[in-house]
Amino acid sequence: MKHSIANWGNYPAIESEERFFTYDDQLQQLISKSHHFIPRGNGRCYGDASLASETINTLKYDKILSFDTDKGIFECQSGLTLDKILEVIVPKGWFLPVTPGTKFITVGGAVGSDVHGKNHHVDGSFSNHIIEMELVLASGEITICSLQWRPDLFEATCGGMGLTGMITRVKFGLKKIESSYIRQKQIKAGNLEEIIRLFDEYKQYTYSVAWIDCLKKGKYFGRSILILGEHATIDELPEKYKSHPLKFPAQKQITFPFNLPSWVLNRFTVKLFNFLYYGKNFKKEINNVVSYEPFFYPLDAILHWNRGYGKKGFVQYQFVLPLEAKQGLVEILKQISAKGIGSFLAVLKVFGEQESMISFPQKGYTLALDIPVRKGLFEFLDELDQVVLQYGGRLYMSKDARMKPEVLKAGYPRLQEFKDIVQQYNPDGKFRSIQSDRLLLTPH
Amino acid sequence: MPTVLLLGATSDMSIAIARTMASKGYSLQLAARNEQRLQPLRSDMEVRYQTSCTIHEFDALDFNSHVSFFESLPVKPDITICVFGYLGENEIARANWQEAEKIIHSNYTGAVSILNVVSNFYAKQQKGIIVGISSVAGERGRQSNYIYGSAKAGFTAYLSGLRNRLFHEGVHVISIQPGFVYTRMTESLSLPPLLTARPEQVANAVFRAIEKKSNVVYVKWFWRWIMLIIKCIPEFIFKKMKL
Repeated sequence: MKHSIANWGNYPAIESEERFFTYDDQLQQLISKSHHFIPRGNGRCYGDASLASETINTLKYDKILSFDTDKGIFECQSGLTLDKILEVIVPKGWFLPVTPGTKFITVGGAVGSDVHGKNHHVDGSFSNHIIEMELVLASGEITICSLQWRPDLFEATCGGMGLTGMITRVKFGLKKIESSYIRQKQIKAGNLEEIIRLFDEYKQYTYSVAWIDCLKKGKYFGRSILILGEHATIDELPEKYKSHPLKFPAQKQITFPFNLPSWVLNRFTVKLFNFLYYGKNFKKEINNVVSYEPFFYPLDAILHWNRGYGKKGFVQYQFVLPLEAKQGLVEILKQISAKGIGSFLAVLKVFGEQESMISFPQKGYTLALDIPVRKGLFEFLDELDQVVLQYGGRLYMSKDARMKPEVLKAGYPRLQEFKDIVQQYNPDGKFRSIQSDRLLLTPH
Repeated sequence: MPTVLLLGATSDMSIAIARTMASKGYSLQLAARNEQRLQPLRSDMEVRYQTSCTIHEFDALDFNSHVSFFESLPVKPDITICVFGYLGENEIARANWQEAEKIIHSNYTGAVSILNVVSNFYAKQQKGIIVGISSVAGERGRQSNYIYGSAKAGFTAYLSGLRNRLFHEGVHVISIQPGFVYTRMTESLSLPPLLTARPEQVANAVFRAIEKKSNVVYVKWFWRWIMLIIKCIPEFIFKKMKL
């Protein structure tokens, strides 16, 4: 039975035959009888990467297979979501090696998008921590892959958007923690120059990210709040937390009840939000100890917050530019500000070194912003794409719903190598999404 | 901590019940036809809840094996939950005896066969709890699924009689009437969201029923009233309806 599915941006929405499985034998059967499909988890990529007219959903394939509490090695089926992993590992003194801004993604999705977090400049992306994983290929063959075994398949699967095969099992290393709290530092930066300088000055911090006001012009162009963090040691905890340093945070959640009408979000409301958000930090610098929950996942407390962008949905535009292309960042921010399309959530971060085949991160500045879908937006983004490419940057496929294939090609120098591996393991395009068709990654 | 035996442990409903019971500290015995399928669930239970979990081969339709299956359990369970069942397709079952037989045996005969063994053991030891997952479909036969419904009706009547008999032996019997549930069994049906429970809600209902020693539990409370109304419709009207 087909039903309508969409990812986090609610754009695009398509009719899909979505099938679930719990057991390996059921998956084998589904793969052999499906003509073509794309694996799908919790639908938290933003665009169309996990959309297709047929999808195989992993959410019921969510068992923990092993957890070595001494060495911090965790193994699970691909449909398990990060929030469930945290429930198990945090009380035992371990944390995810890398986490994106939401904990509601599956492990399979974390690999397929090769997600990054606030610690990218220190710990790299998720794939850096994978010991090995198991895939079911288009042929039905079940195979292990890792850096040592079938490294080509491994590399093309990390960030490969599910096009090499169905990820079934992932074994990865965790990060040791003494407490479930974060020692947080927030510093206000008056403009773009200052925030860039601060990123460099505080690069020894494990976690760093900045919220940036995209609409501010003139002297305060690019004003930001830099958010830094370290896992707090027991000694660093306030007395009241010391008795239960690994306390699992209480989950307080509210639900965004309905789609907000599209007109609510406009230049003025965004300006007001930005004014309040920047103004809430009264002091130049704030130092405190907070639970990991608000530090890593502030928006997870509001279920369905994507409804705030209305039923037409939104796209998240995320690109990375090399460090030396600071001018490109200025140019793009100026265009966004001139167009008045700034979003509530614009996030700036500096990536560390990464040399991958198809993963998004590379050394440089990455900016991500949510923009509601409206007339003329895609033409404008096409123009921005050109600026990104001109400065040697690229876009993130997990956020994408509209990029042109030439833009992907120009941004990813090893794209052909990736396509060759996809061709080898998925020759008939059995694994395909509307994104892979649009980006010419799968045969027509 | 008490041990729970789950019969038919590979279904979505069973997995949810296993997780709920394990999270409350119960030890688990998972029994299903395909033992291999249970391995990941066992490791999941052990890692998440640090509970003891064993797996056992059990075929509800192999009646002759039921005595030896129960005897072979290393520890006798304090609670037995009978979850297995098969919806089947009424239209096929009307013409095809194999399908009809499978529906009847999976929902009724097989359950009677294994629960006879369990209940005799509990009666002898004068304690134990039996939980049967039946269905509201058993409360009145409808044209769309009367073969499944009649098997569940038999099972509901069996549980009711068993409860009556075992009350005097200190053994408690619980009937669960789930109504619509989002599971693999109903994946291809379009179900009304308001009337449909998630497997976790069924699992919570089972746990609460065990703690409170309830008799007949409707997972979503209004199903009790919906079924009451359906049962009150006079037969001369009911037979003309398309249900």
